Amino acid sequence: MTTMTSMSIDTRMKLFNRICAGVLIAFALLWLVPLAWAFDTAIKPNEETTKTTWWTDNPTFSAFSRIINETDIIRWFGSSLFIATLTAFGAVLTGSLAAFALSRMRFRYRNVVFWVVLAGIMVPSQVLIVPQFREMDSIGLLNTFWAVSLPQIPTAIAVFIFKQFFDGLPKELEEVARLDGASFLRIYARIIMPLARPAVAAVAIFTFVSSWNDLLWPLLVLSNPDNMTMPVGLATVQGTFGIRYADTMASALLGAVPLVAVFLLFQRNIVEGIAGSGLKG
Amino acid sequence: MTASQTALPTRQAIDDDPPPPRPRGQGLPAAGFLTPFLLLYVLFIAGPALYGLVMSFFDTSMVKPGLSGFAGFGNYAEALQSADFWSPLWHTIWFTILTTPPLIVLALVLALLADRVKHGRWFFRLAFFVPYVLPSAVVALIWMWLYTPGLGLIETALTKIGLTSPNWLGDPGWAMPSLAVTTLWWTLGFNFVLFLAGLQEVPRELYEASSMDGAGPWQQIRSITLPMLGRTLTLVAVLQVIASLKVFDQMYIMTSGGPNFATRSVLQYVYDSGFTNFRIGYASAVSMLFFLVVLAVSAVWFAIVRRQEKEV
Repeated sequence: MTTMTSMSIDTRMKLFNRICAGVLIAFALLWLVPLAWAFDTAIKPNEETTKTTWWTDNPTFSAFSRIINETDIIRWFGSSLFIATLTAFGAVLTGSLAAFALSRMRFRYRNVVFWVVLAGIMVPSQVLIVPQFREMDSIGLLNTFWAVSLPQIPTAIAVFIFKQFFDGLPKELEEVARLDGASFLRIYARIIMPLARPAVAAVAIFTFVSSWNDLLWPLLVLSNPDNMTMPVGLATVQGTFGIRYADTMASALLGAVPLVAVFLLFQRNIVEGIAGSGLKG
Repeated sequence: MTASQTALPTRQAIDDDPPPPRPRGQGLPAAGFLTPFLLLYVLFIAGPALYGLVMSFFDTSMVKPGLSGFAGFGNYAEALQSADFWSPLWHTIWFTILTTPPLIVLALVLALLADRVKHGRWFFRLAFFVPYVLPSAVVALIWMWLYTPGLGLIETALTKIGLTSPNWLGDPGWAMPSLAVTTLWWTLGFNFVLFLAGLQEVPRELYEASSMDGAGPWQQIRSITLPMLGRTLTLVAVLQVIASLKVFDQMYIMTSGGPNFATRSVLQYVYDSGFTNFRIGYASAVSMLFFLVVLAVSAVWFAIVRRQEKEV
């Protein structure tokens, strides 16, 4: 009798799991529809996009080449790549150095510094746009990549993620090196940072993606069309295509490609990064 | 303090070099390590935050140098008495109400489902998470096309099953729900991944033990999974509320705050006051009021987490 009930529970479980999988697949496919439809629209000739069918007899990539030739999308790509790389590099470097001091050194006011940094997590960057703009204006950095990147570099979250990771590394690692008279800088560069690859990856990818996707701040400080970032460029030209829907979708997809590539390359780091920083934070 | 001072001489006696004045003083190298971060932090975060606070008490203008005349609480009083402040604040809260429950519930349900499926997790992660890494401008362009009256995929699909669809972004009543649906599609993946990670922390043995006791899948979810997810749930809820309150991009690109200002968000109001009307003192005051709202949400979260920790 015990085997009977356990079997029926087993079959119930199996059935339940089947249903789960079915519902999940349905949702996942639904979630892919907008991107699929955007691609479908982009490979139609512009005249055919008003027909609202998925099928086209004349698939073409000409919309993509038109966007590349007619807009500054390559330039926007360059600006975004430069700004996002600079920001990610700066955030990793300054964040890990500060976290190393907070995790490994003894000095007065250490807790004060830590709490001051932590308070920064509370302030949404959007609250600061007005004074930051004024500051950039007065030091003459408006319309430069520095104006976009510099305020995004000191992220409290980066310090927090690095500190948590460093705290988890055993102190014995560097004790020998300390006895040999190695400097802190050497310990940081030769022992700690090589071990901190997962934290570096998480911080670098997150600052890269959020810097790349930011709209409000670069929109304010980069008014010159020559150095617009990808989101600002796309938002600015969106109205100019009119009913050329294939072209509009081609521009959106070209804007999506770099981020999708980053995601596919670093899928595991991204997911682990979210899980690690989010849950323990 | 006295303990460490009495302990020090013996330690110094062991060292054969002359004792440094402060043996534990790692202040200098620490300052070196902290300076790059703190310098940028003070220059671009803490400094502007204080400057913004000061400006909010003045009639500062974008087109004039300096702070201009002292306004006291004038800017705050003006904002609190103005319908132009309350209506964007209400829109932002309305957007938060529309987006937060589905973004939490649907993400949780999908994560619970994905946790039971053994194969092809990468596919679900891909489907739900890829939209999250896209720039808002890309998301906006795609969804504006989906919502296009007469040609959009959504209207076509609804017409096929015999429904008439409203002018999604053009109707003041429908514009906000439409933006909420777009946001659901865009950011669901983030919560999904957080929940999935939380579910992986639930010990498998608990499930096995309860199946032995004859618990069905439904009972397992109710009595094991959800209670174990408590902390993740509060975290996701707070992050979601804050993220929704900070909405700007979707409205700016898809509706420009329209139709008839029906979707103007608080941040767009700050933007309009400061960068269109040049009243940056007033815009700073609005920013500070908005900051207080976010701070209140964080405080509630902190209180809840405190209580949860005490219960455990």
